[in-house]
Amino acid sequence: MTIAADTTTDKPATQRLIHDWSSDKDVFKNVSWGKAMMWIFLLSDTFIFGSFLTGYMSVRISSTTPWPNPSEVFALTIAGHHIPLILIAIMTFALITSSGTMAMAVNFGYRADKHKAAGLMALTALLGATFVGMQAFEWTKLIVEEGVRPWSNPMGAPQFGACFFMITGFHGLHVSIGVIYLLIVASKVWRGHYDDTHQKDIQMSNDIRNTNNAKNYQIVEITGLYWHFVDLVWVFIFALFYLW
Amino acid sequence: MEQLPSQQHPIGIYLKIWFLLFVLSTCSYLVDYFQLEGYLRWTLIIIFMLLKAGLIVAIFMHMMWERLALIYAILLPPIALLILVLMMNYEAEYVLLSRFIFFGDSP
Repeated sequence: MTIAADTTTDKPATQRLIHDWSSDKDVFKNVSWGKAMMWIFLLSDTFIFGSFLTGYMSVRISSTTPWPNPSEVFALTIAGHHIPLILIAIMTFALITSSGTMAMAVNFGYRADKHKAAGLMALTALLGATFVGMQAFEWTKLIVEEGVRPWSNPMGAPQFGACFFMITGFHGLHVSIGVIYLLIVASKVWRGHYDDTHQKDIQMSNDIRNTNNAKNYQIVEITGLYWHFVDLVWVFIFALFYLW
Repeated sequence: MEQLPSQQHPIGIYLKIWFLLFVLSTCSYLVDYFQLEGYLRWTLIIIFMLLKAGLIVAIFMHMMWERLALIYAILLPPIALLILVLMMNYEAEYVLLSRFIFFGDSP
């Protein structure tokens, strides 16, 4: 892929970096504002989840009571077999699969194949909803059967519940919002809201107006950024909370 | 007029990365399944986590095709988080030590 109509393409990357940041306006060349703002929002979200995980690390290190073993807490007995952490593994695979279908949706969006793009986004939303469903099952099991509370639990360090509900709850909220966001954008894509003919009436800045019809499906990529971020956060939660 | 770079790439690369993410997820699950312990466990968890995160950001979120201006703007600030983690690590160890000194062994 080449970046078109850019006067600095022949310069080294570091010189382009300096040029971009010192060019009075539009630091993010060739990036629409919608996409730049989504990236900046995701950066702020990184700090929120980063702070949660840091707080979790602090209370886990400083706890004088043993931390409950997540491998055991989240084990399930399926068909007579006791399998450690299996529900979380299935949730991880559901989310990875949804990330894949989202990437496909973005790809078909840029190929201007709006029905395939919308269909794949709907499939992504379905997988996301499955994830939230499994999380609801996990929460119910922990609260009702195991008696885990934000302030106490029968397995060990009382901070376990606070960390668990806070971190997975906030992530689950992100997934739920993502499912709604996906469904809204998917239905708009399906109905042709972002088609060129429709967009002609809307005043757009020069940065965003495109000659290529497919470019108007950039909303799919922006939605995809959010969804991949949700998956990205799960990678860290899975590793640091469930596996550690 | 500037033209937006369309982040259009061959489907093959997405399928390959998708497959890799599945493999890496399986690997990190197996770390727990085989009950690996200690530094081996922690090292493997961190390696698989960073590989997965890197692939998602670089390929699925198209970061490797973006300009340095955006890459640096997004990837450099989280270094502050690493410093926070480092500081809180020492702080938490100090809290633990204080608890042992002032409250004895039992909580």
